[in-house]
Parts: sequence; structure tokens; C-alpha cells
Amino acid sequence: MMKTFSNFPLPLRFALRELRGGVKGFKVFLACLILGVGAIAAVGGLTDSIRTSLTEQGQTILGGDIELRLFQRDASLEEFEFFSEGAEVSESIRLRGVLRAPQTDKRTLVEMKAVDDLYPLYGDLVLDPALEKTSVFAHDGTRYGMAIDPFLADRLEVSVGDTVELGDLTFEIRSLIETEPDRSNEGFLWGPTVMISTTAVPETGLVTPGSLYNSHYKIRLPGEVDILAWQNDLIAAFPEAGWRIRDRDGGAPGVRRFVDNMGMFLTLISLTALLVGGVGVGNAVGNYMRGKTKVIATMKILGADSDLIFKTYLVQVGIFSIFAILVGLVAGVLGALGVVGLIGSSLPVEVGFTLTWSPLVLAAVYGLFVSMIFSIWPLAVAKKISPVQMMRDLVDHKKVRPEWRYIFLMLFLIAVVMGLAVYLSPWKYTATGFVVGSAVVILMLRQTGKGVAWLFSKAPRAKRPALRLAIANLHRPGAATGAVVMSLGLGLSLFAMIALIDKNFSDNLNQQIPDEAPAFFMLDIQKNQADDFKALAESLEGVTDINMVASLRGRITNLKGIPVDEYTPPSPESSWVISGDRTITYFDELPDSNSLTEGDWWAKDYSGPPLVSFAAEEAADLGLEIGDTITINVMGQEITAEIASLRSFDWGTRNFNFVMIFTPNALEAAPHTFMASLNAAEPQESAIHKVLTDAYPNVTAIRIREILTSIDNILIQIRSAVNYTGALAILAGILVLGGALAAGYRFRVYDSVILKILGAVRKNIMTAFIFEYLLLGTITGVLALLFGGVASYLILTQVMDMTFQFYPGAAALTIVVSLFITLLFGILNTWQALGEKPTTVLRQF
Amino acid sequence: MNPKANVIALKDVHLTLSSSAGPVHILRGVSLDIPAGKAVGIVGPSGSGKSTLMAIMAGLEKASSGGVFVDGKDYTKMSEDQLALHRRKRVGILLQAFHLIPTMNALENVAVPLELAGDKDAFEKAEAELEAVGLDHRLEHYPAQLSGGEQQRVALARALAPNPKILFADEPTGNLDGKTGHAIIDLMFDLHKKKGATLILITHDQSLAEKCHLVFHMSDGHLKKGGSKL
Repeated sequence: MMKTFSNFPLPLRFALRELRGGVKGFKVFLACLILGVGAIAAVGGLTDSIRTSLTEQGQTILGGDIELRLFQRDASLEEFEFFSEGAEVSESIRLRGVLRAPQTDKRTLVEMKAVDDLYPLYGDLVLDPALEKTSVFAHDGTRYGMAIDPFLADRLEVSVGDTVELGDLTFEIRSLIETEPDRSNEGFLWGPTVMISTTAVPETGLVTPGSLYNSHYKIRLPGEVDILAWQNDLIAAFPEAGWRIRDRDGGAPGVRRFVDNMGMFLTLISLTALLVGGVGVGNAVGNYMRGKTKVIATMKILGADSDLIFKTYLVQVGIFSIFAILVGLVAGVLGALGVVGLIGSSLPVEVGFTLTWSPLVLAAVYGLFVSMIFSIWPLAVAKKISPVQMMRDLVDHKKVRPEWRYIFLMLFLIAVVMGLAVYLSPWKYTATGFVVGSAVVILMLRQTGKGVAWLFSKAPRAKRPALRLAIANLHRPGAATGAVVMSLGLGLSLFAMIALIDKNFSDNLNQQIPDEAPAFFMLDIQKNQADDFKALAESLEGVTDINMVASLRGRITNLKGIPVDEYTPPSPESSWVISGDRTITYFDELPDSNSLTEGDWWAKDYSGPPLVSFAAEEAADLGLEIGDTITINVMGQEITAEIASLRSFDWGTRNFNFVMIFTPNALEAAPHTFMASLNAAEPQESAIHKVLTDAYPNVTAIRIREILTSIDNILIQIRSAVNYTGALAILAGILVLGGALAAGYRFRVYDSVILKILGAVRKNIMTAFIFEYLLLGTITGVLALLFGGVASYLILTQVMDMTFQFYPGAAALTIVVSLFITLLFGILNTWQALGEKPTTVLRQF
Repeated sequence: MNPKANVIALKDVHLTLSSSAGPVHILRGVSLDIPAGKAVGIVGPSGSGKSTLMAIMAGLEKASSGGVFVDGKDYTKMSEDQLALHRRKRVGILLQAFHLIPTMNALENVAVPLELAGDKDAFEKAEAELEAVGLDHRLEHYPAQLSGGEQQRVALARALAPNPKILFADEPTGNLDGKTGHAIIDLMFDLHKKKGATLILITHDQSLAEKCHLVFHMSDGHLKKGGSKL
């Protein structure tokens, strides 16, 4: 005997019987939820996999259990003895330099990494050819060896066996670096890596007092050592050392931060896709409930109360939601697995897929809540109206509002989803803006959709019959206008927002920077080279401007006599100034691009106690005023200076800007180097680069154009991730559009049949429908552009602190996409409707 | 007269519905008393308001004004859910379009009102009702697998399953051919006699109405008493 589910509670019993009707009417519902939940689960699964890989490979990524970094100095003997006691220590040095290839006469900026014999303590350095480390880097009687990034070999057109010059030393390329195990821990690199032995470093002449180099000490500790306690002991023993300490759980902080931020951003976009899908869920439930009018009426006639009706259909929606969520989770996991397989090897760390519950639970919760938010209204409406009203639905269009308790439940669920999105995001303000913005856009699109339909209902009668019919179709009862404007509009608003931000962002980088920025930054110019270097640079053809400044690194240790650890600034905005080493300088005259806001500049030959001029905005954030003192540690020596003036300048000028400028007499005696910015005509850039790096091998020349290319490559990857995820929102919009059109299909068929009976040919009917979709697509596109434009303007100007420019191309694209989607799906729907035989259709109606 | 003495008593019932074209007056002061256990026919042309009158007596529609007393209950003071609960055990309704639930088989359709009333023997009783209408061989058939006559017999079994005090039948043969329609009517009157329920038959067929003890004529929202066999 067929299962009657008679042992279950009534709502479940009736719901299960209703489900025998299959998924008809719920296809769009299922597709929307699967897509949204799948996207969130995939993004979560991917970011969690990367995070887990970072943690699991913590020692390899860091290159040790602990890494100590010192800037511009090596560890003292006492320090070394302390941290190497009972531990294994691998020492390396990192600095930037220019690598020259004499055979091809090419040169480029590189990141030099000098390693000792113990490197790497964890993981493997993979070389091609796979030589022993000692033979790769050792002096073979003629010269030292070097391993280089394969990208560098291509750029300089050199290969294994060729010689290259770094600083004062010539090296033989003996291998290419295939895998550098601790690469992702290095953060942003200005150029490709070259590896040499630490024993070769002194002969390069690149490390001199004041040179911008880092000493790294990677430490393998015995298993029983408490890492945190070990770090505290080290800090207590050498409080002034200026260590930068990382342990195996905090390696690759840049990658972690990037993954976290990117993950959250993509989750927010996926959530928008889910919200777009939510509109489809609401439409599907509404249409389903309308289709169930007679069944509900019958149930009520037979004595079912309204709560039972609500619960019965809530259970059905719940069952479909759970099914869709489960499928979405599987799709998300498979998606994440696929992405890991596709791009896992090209990520900065080797990523293996890890299945963790938290992103799946999050995706499921979002899915269930969004499904409920959009389903409650149609369910509660169906519950409220009487059976007789249901039977009269097509005649008596009474607006029914659900009971307040359901409206409050919806608002509560909305608040939970928004709160969860904000709580889980590292950027609270941005996330709040995003979710509130999405909610506002949904509401505005909903109202605008209604408004558009109302406006068309008031429009004067068009003379052309096709246009008249098209306009009538936009405002007649049951028209898809509201649903299409809201669903597709939301997806397209996101599309327009991303397109405009993307265009503004890349144009800011590619166009504005080269106009303002120098062609080169030259670092590590020795004190005794400064004058000659400047003279040579000025003599070169194409050099239009040279600006040379002293460069030192210093760490603030005291503010107003209070140790920095105990000092609480009034605003946290500028706490970065006191959190580590800063580049400082001295000037006898106020730099051109700066202007004094308070106090006086010192006399040219000032010889009194040290004075400092502080950046005005940062001083305000830190609570510093004229007359206050700061103490700064420069290479182990503490200098206390009084604040004599406050300055303002524009960080965006891409010139040398300093938070602190000291009187020359305060710093001149300290070992330091100079750095220079050079403006040059683009055609002469290569020649200038060659002359200067040949003449001064120790000077690091950074070509801005190369750096911008590196940044551009990173941006392309970010852009792809954002665009692919954003496309999901449009896909969700298309699903909703498809659902809305399918819901109206029966009426469309009826219309076309009646028109055919009245003598219309296919062309007439098709023209009317094309007009309708053209109008609908244009309206949706324009609205999406408006909302997306406002959102991108707010994000660019308020969050990114950039200027906003409107790009007609991106705008036109939004409208074209809107038109394409609505026309394509509309015509497909209509074409099918036109194929229906009048007699068959009339018999059904 | 005490309205509670009759199983149904209507006092000056009006029903006005709103529409975009203005208010539509459907019932214009209907008063009616129906004694328990009798068969009552209400006849009238299409649009005269007879189905709406039935909807008011069955508690499906609320009167705009007037008194509606059914089985001792004042319908005007009851909420929609209270009316639904009242219908469960006391009222059976048979409609022209059968209104079977397409996702439930014949047995489940008949069992629904019993299940709603919390009857633990719902399926046994439903099976007995289907046997009474001659459909014991069609228990697991879905509405789409049944003929029109069979569907209406399932609907009749469903309406009578909870042993209602009142059975409303709104044009029960309207969607059936003459022969099948007559069979259904005979079955309905037969069961009415056996169960002793009050039968309210809405029809435009005078010959059908004449099978009833009392006949009322409905015209343009007004009710007039017709023939009586009392």
C-alpha cells in the first residue's frame, strides 16, 4: 500500500503528500539557492583550505619555528648566543639590488637572498638542475655561484652557466629556483629572487652601514619549548633590539591577510548572489502558492485552519531549501576542489583541499535564512486569505498584508543575516555598507519596479499597436516588470559597481601615477657617492628632475617622555607611525611639496638641541603638539628631539614624504645612505638605468614601470576572482528572470493565441514582445547603472579615498548586458509561446 | 422565533463586495430557517447569489451584515479559523468542480477531514466511505486517474466521512453527464437519508430541487420560499 505518512504530524504529513507533485514550480527556487549557497560554500571552502594549508605548513612557510628579523644590522654576539642556545639557527640576508647581465647588456631590480649552509631548516629548496646546495653557491676557485628565478633568466636572456653581476661581484648562474619554501613569508617583493651564499655578501659591497638590508634568523626549537614563552624571554632579555618576530603560526602574514580580506569580499559578493537568488525564491514560492490556491481552498473548506496551511507549506519550502542547500554545499565543495586543483599550484603556498565545517555551516545558515526571508511573505499571505477570496483571486485583486508577527520574523531574519555578514567580516564598516546597501537597493528596485509599471499604466496610448501592447504588458496584472527589475537589476547593479570600480582603480594606477611619479627611485646611494651620483644623473639626456634625500631608519621609543608601549594615542588611525621602523630624514629647508601648518622652520645653520618637524595629521592622531618631545632609536642610538613645527603634504604625490624630518645636526653623524627620485623621459629610461647602475653597482634602481607591471598582474588576478564571483550574481539574476518569464508563460501563450485569432501574424506579435523586452531591458539597465554608479562612487570616494570618474563604456556595457539578457530570454520564451496551437490552448483555458 | 431552534437560521443577511467598478451587492437581506435533518433545495439562475448564500451558511464567506446561526453557533462572531474548526466535524461540502487534492489518492482525499479532526481511525473510516460510494477498488488511484463521476463520488465520500450534521452540495452534477449526475444525486440522497444529515442542495435544475423537502428560489440577491413537502 502506498505510504500515507499517517504517523507524522499533520503539517509534515500533508507536505510530504504534496511533494509527490515533484519539483515542478520549484526549479528556479532550487537553482537560485544551489547557486548562492554553492558560491558561498566554494569561497569559504577555498579560503579555509588556504588558511589550513598555511597553518599546516607553518614551519615550512616561515622557514623555522621562529623567525627573527633585524633591519640594517646583524645580531650581536650576545643576542646570537641567547637565541641559538639549544636551537638550530639558519641565517640569511635580504636586500634589493640590480642584477646585470654583461652578455646581453640587460639589468633589472632583484631581491637578493643570501643563505647559509643550514638553509632551509624546513621544507625543500628545489633547484633546476638539482645540484647540492654547497656546490650551487660555493666559490669554485673562480667565482661564487648563484641560483635565480626562472622569470629572471627570461628577462635578462641568460641561462645556467652564464655570468651575472651583483654589486661588485660576478657570479655564475648554476641553477634556476623552482621552489623557494619560505617564499610566501617574504611579503611583497620588488623584483625576482636571486640566491647566493652569505659568505659572498661582504664582497658584493652591498652591505655597508646604513644599507637597507634585513638579517633573518630562522630558528628550529626543540619540540618541548613553549614558543610564546621563548619569545617573551627574548624580548625581556633584549627589549631595545627592535626584533620583528614571527612564529610558525603567523608566517606569511601578508598572504593570510590577503586571503582573509579577499575571502570576505568574495563572500559578500556571493551573499549578494544569494540575495538575488532570494528574489527568485520569493517569486517561486509566490507562484507556487498561487498555483496551490484551489488546494488550499479545499483544505480550508475541509476544516484546515490557517496555521496548518502555513506550516504545511513552510515544511515544503523547508524540505526544498534543505535539499537545495545540501546540493549547493556539495557543488560548493566540488567547486572549491576544482579551483584548488586549477590554481592551487600557482598560489604563493602549496594548497591542498581541506574540508572544514565552518564555511559549510555558514553557507547553509545563509541559504536557509535567505530562503525563509523571501518565502515567509507569500506563505503568510496564502495563510491569511479566505478560501472564497482565493477562488476569486483573478477577479478581486485585494492586496493582502501578512500578520505583523510574520513581518517581524522576516525583519529578525534579515537582521540576523546582516549581523552575521558584518560580524564575520574584518572590515565592519565596509561590510555594513555592503549589506545595508544591498537591502536598500533591493527595496528601491522593488519600489522602482512598481513605479515603472504604474508610470506605464498612466502613459498616453501609443499609436503603434505593437508598442501599445508592449506597454500594456509592462503594467498589466501579473506583469513580470517588478520581478525582472528587482532580480536582474540587483545582479546588474553589482556588475556596474564592479565595472566602474575596476576601471577607476586601474586607470588611477596606469594613467595618473606615470604622469606624476618619477621614473626611478634610487636607493642605497652611499654618503660619499651622493654628490657624484647627482652630478652624473643631471648630466644624462632625458633626466628632467632629481631629488635626493638622506635616508635613515628609526623607531620611536618615547613620546612626551612616555615609553611607546605605555602610550595610548587619542586616535588609532596613525598608530602605524609608532608600531615599527620608519624612514626618517633631515633637511635644512622645508621641502617644496610641504607646507607648514604650525610652528617655525629652523635656521639653515641651526646647531642647537635636535628639533623635528612632524606631519600635522599624524601628530594630531598621536596627540602631539609643538614643544612635545619624541625619542627615536636610530641604529641603537637614542635621539630626543623637540617638535618645532607641523607640516602638511599630499601622500598621493608619490614623491619622498616623511612623517618626521629632523634638523641636520641631529642625524648627519649617524651612518646613513641617500635615496633619490629621478624624473626622466620614457624613451631614455633604459639608457639612464644602464649608465647609473654601471657606474654605481651598489645603488638599487627601482623602475616604477616594472613595479606597476607587477602590481597590474596582481590586480588582474584579483579582478578575475571578483568578476567570476560577480558573474554569479548576474547568473542568479538570469535564473530569476527565467523564473519570472516562465511564471507568465501561460498568459503569454494565451495572449498570442488570442492575437492570432484576431488576425495577428507571428511578426506582429513578436514585434510587440520585442518592444516590451527592449523597454524592460533598458529600464533595468539604467536603474542598475544608477544604483551601481552610486555604490561605486561611495566605495571609491569614501572607502578607497580615490577620485571617481564616470566611464560611459562601462555604463553602456551594463545596459547592453541588460538588453541582451532580457531580449534573449524574452524572445526564447515568446518564440516557444508562438508555437502553441490555438485550438489546444483554448481548450485548456 | 428562536434562531437556535433550527440547524441554520439567517436573519437579514447582506453581502456586498468591493470591485474596481464599485461595490457589488450580492445578497440583499436574506432570511432563512432550516430545520435539522431536512433536504433543502435552493434554485435560481446563474449570478443570482445562491452559491454565495451557501458559502455564507458553510462559513466560507462572512456576511457584510445580518445574523448567521449554524448548528447553534453565531458565525458572525467567529474567526476564520474558528469557522474552519467548526466545519471539521459538523459540515460537509460537495462542490461542482470536485476539488480533490491532486497529490493525494482517493483514500487520502477522503481521510483528510478525519485526519484534521484527529480521528485515529481515519483511514479505516475513509475506506468504508469509499466502499459506500462503490469505489473500494479505486482506493489508491489519484484524481487524474479517475473519471469525473468517480471523482465526484470520492468528493461525496469525503464530504460525508466525518458524519457531518449538514451537507452542502453546490451544483454537484454540473460537471457530469446526465446519467452519471443522476447516479450521484441518488447516492447523495440515499446517504442523506441513512446518515440523517441536513442537506442543502444548490442547483439551477428545478427537477433536482423537487427531490428536496423544501425549495427556495434565489433571484438577484433575494430569497423566496418555493414549494414544500413538509
